[in-house]
Amino acid sequence: MYQYNDFDAAFVAERNAQFRAQVERRISGALTEDEFKPLRLMNGLYLQLHAYMLRVAIPYGTLNGAQMRQLAMIAETFDKGYGHFTTRQNIQYNWPKLKDVPDILDRLAEVEMHALQTSGNTIRNVTADHFAGAAADEVEDPRPTAELLRQWSTDHPEFQFLPRKFKLAVTGSAADRAVIRAHDIGIQIVEKDGEIGYKIIVGGGLGRTPMIGKTLAEFLPKADLLPFVEATVNVWNRLGRRDNKYKSRIKITVHEHGIDDIRARVLTRFEQIKPTFKGVDRDLFAQIQQNFGAPVYRNAPVDAHTAMRLANPAYASWSDTNITAHKNDSYAIVSISLKKHGATPGDASADQMRVMAELAETYGHDELRISHEQNVILPHVHQSDLPAIYAALREANLATANIGLISDIIACPGMDYCALATARSIPVAQEIAERFDELKLEHEIGALKIKISGCINACGHHHVGHIGILGLDRAGVENYQITLGGDGSEDAAIGERAGPGFSAEALVPAIERIIETYLDVRSEKAETFLQTYRRVGMGPFKAALYPDSKASAA
Amino acid sequence: MTVIVTDSGFAADDWNGGFCTLDSLPANDCAGVDLPSDAEPEDLRARLEGLSLIRVDFPSFADGRGFSIAAELRRMGYKGRLRAKGHVISDQYAMARRVGFDEVEIDDALAARQPEAEWLFRANWTEHDYQARLRG
Repeated sequence: MYQYNDFDAAFVAERNAQFRAQVERRISGALTEDEFKPLRLMNGLYLQLHAYMLRVAIPYGTLNGAQMRQLAMIAETFDKGYGHFTTRQNIQYNWPKLKDVPDILDRLAEVEMHALQTSGNTIRNVTADHFAGAAADEVEDPRPTAELLRQWSTDHPEFQFLPRKFKLAVTGSAADRAVIRAHDIGIQIVEKDGEIGYKIIVGGGLGRTPMIGKTLAEFLPKADLLPFVEATVNVWNRLGRRDNKYKSRIKITVHEHGIDDIRARVLTRFEQIKPTFKGVDRDLFAQIQQNFGAPVYRNAPVDAHTAMRLANPAYASWSDTNITAHKNDSYAIVSISLKKHGATPGDASADQMRVMAELAETYGHDELRISHEQNVILPHVHQSDLPAIYAALREANLATANIGLISDIIACPGMDYCALATARSIPVAQEIAERFDELKLEHEIGALKIKISGCINACGHHHVGHIGILGLDRAGVENYQITLGGDGSEDAAIGERAGPGFSAEALVPAIERIIETYLDVRSEKAETFLQTYRRVGMGPFKAALYPDSKASAA
Repeated sequence: MTVIVTDSGFAADDWNGGFCTLDSLPANDCAGVDLPSDAEPEDLRARLEGLSLIRVDFPSFADGRGFSIAAELRRMGYKGRLRAKGHVISDQYAMARRVGFDEVEIDDALAARQPEAEWLFRANWTEHDYQARLRG
């Protein structure tokens, strides 16, 4: 894992001192509320429906036990005893007081954490494949690249007042677990003729105008990464629209100018910027990379796991869904579900955070990950330790066997917390999860991603949900639109709207009809919902959703 | 009246060379030019030699285009004075200096609301700079 050097530590301390002064100057009136707003936002502080909300960065979703314990301490000392893990692999505290925030930032700095650029019109926390360093299909660990980008983007003087936010994601595998095609810039580490480089995708994004990213560079030499990304952001900073916030993201700039025009501009700018990088960034990258060495693997029999699978069906079920193959045959990647049926997706209590910290310290080479799907991951676990981990997770209400299944739902905070929301998301997720748990159909249905957004800004990624749900306000009444066939993977696709929306009461039955249709028309059990949808199209689902409007639906 | 902010604090404007707009530049022998925040720095490339002061407008502190314009002018090799003018707040002083501005021009009202000490607080802009570390 990355360890701060003296520079990083001094930087964060200085920045926290600046923010402390900014809070005081806001209180004194030296800063207007308008001026204070971008300053607090670039330090992670939002003003929400009921209170301030502090979003703490977990760069590329990687943290250790001590950091997780500190997050638990902050939840207990400064908030209501829990935190919410987000789709940008961050954690949000929903109830901090403004006067406490500088202290919280200092406590974060004690464990080499911060809340920088988790908000505002800046380059946001860089995300990465949550299985980085453990996945069997990886060309290279994406985290050193993500860390280099974190350092480059942090406090970048040109890019603190961009037209809008800007999101980067990095993956080291062809199988895309980081949704790179729905990012302002998505980066895939690729290999060509024995050389490692980057495929650069630009202009993806969700929100009210969803777009799948387009290829800006098929193969970029590694050494060119920072000047190339800087050229891209520079072009957009100058060209991006500032007259309408809904048209300001780079996806619109790319759409309006065309990818070829943008590429030509970026390449011209790249030639100008490249000489300002003298190669020191490559030395730094090599140093960063040394922080991300593989753990010292243990060589031991794995019989305990195989025996337990035979002895305990609940354990077998959990290990079927929540365990992913590790690149080391004796190891496993454990996904801890924060989606217990009926709970708030992504929430963890301080006690649960400490349990996960302890498991990482005891069994997991002191490493944890947050996934963009709002779960927690132990990336390096010896298989013989799985039964003990399972037992500890069960005690802490963290052993739900539903990773990748219908109840493993991404949901934005929605109207329960968010000032922008037009409908509730969390209760919808809870109802769907509880209903399918009750029907005992979850494992029969298999792989299925439901994603729920409580407004058109699409924080719940509904456009790329196999089933997407968008909550809107129709004359004061919540109304939920359903999209089908969305996909955030390497085969990225935007979901197609099924038809008119449903009331809150009619929504879960509608989802049930979709599922019944799938179970009915799938060619075999192994054909997933998404595969079935791609084969049969919208027709059968539409017929099931709107049985009375067959004639008029044409 | 306006105030010029540099690393040593507040001072009066010592520039007597006047300012032309981009359009009027070819017809006049100006040493100073005013650039709006939507200007294309490339348009100045052939004229950089003859200029002693380029002043980039910040219509709002939230409009960050001026930072990129300054960076581009410096990359083109402009060595003269570079000034950010308008709604720039003291919290942006370090950013302005790092992208290549020499000074910031603010009006008296802003100078009264954000006094000299708040700007001097960020005069240490060469410290804690990730870009300097990454570029060498």
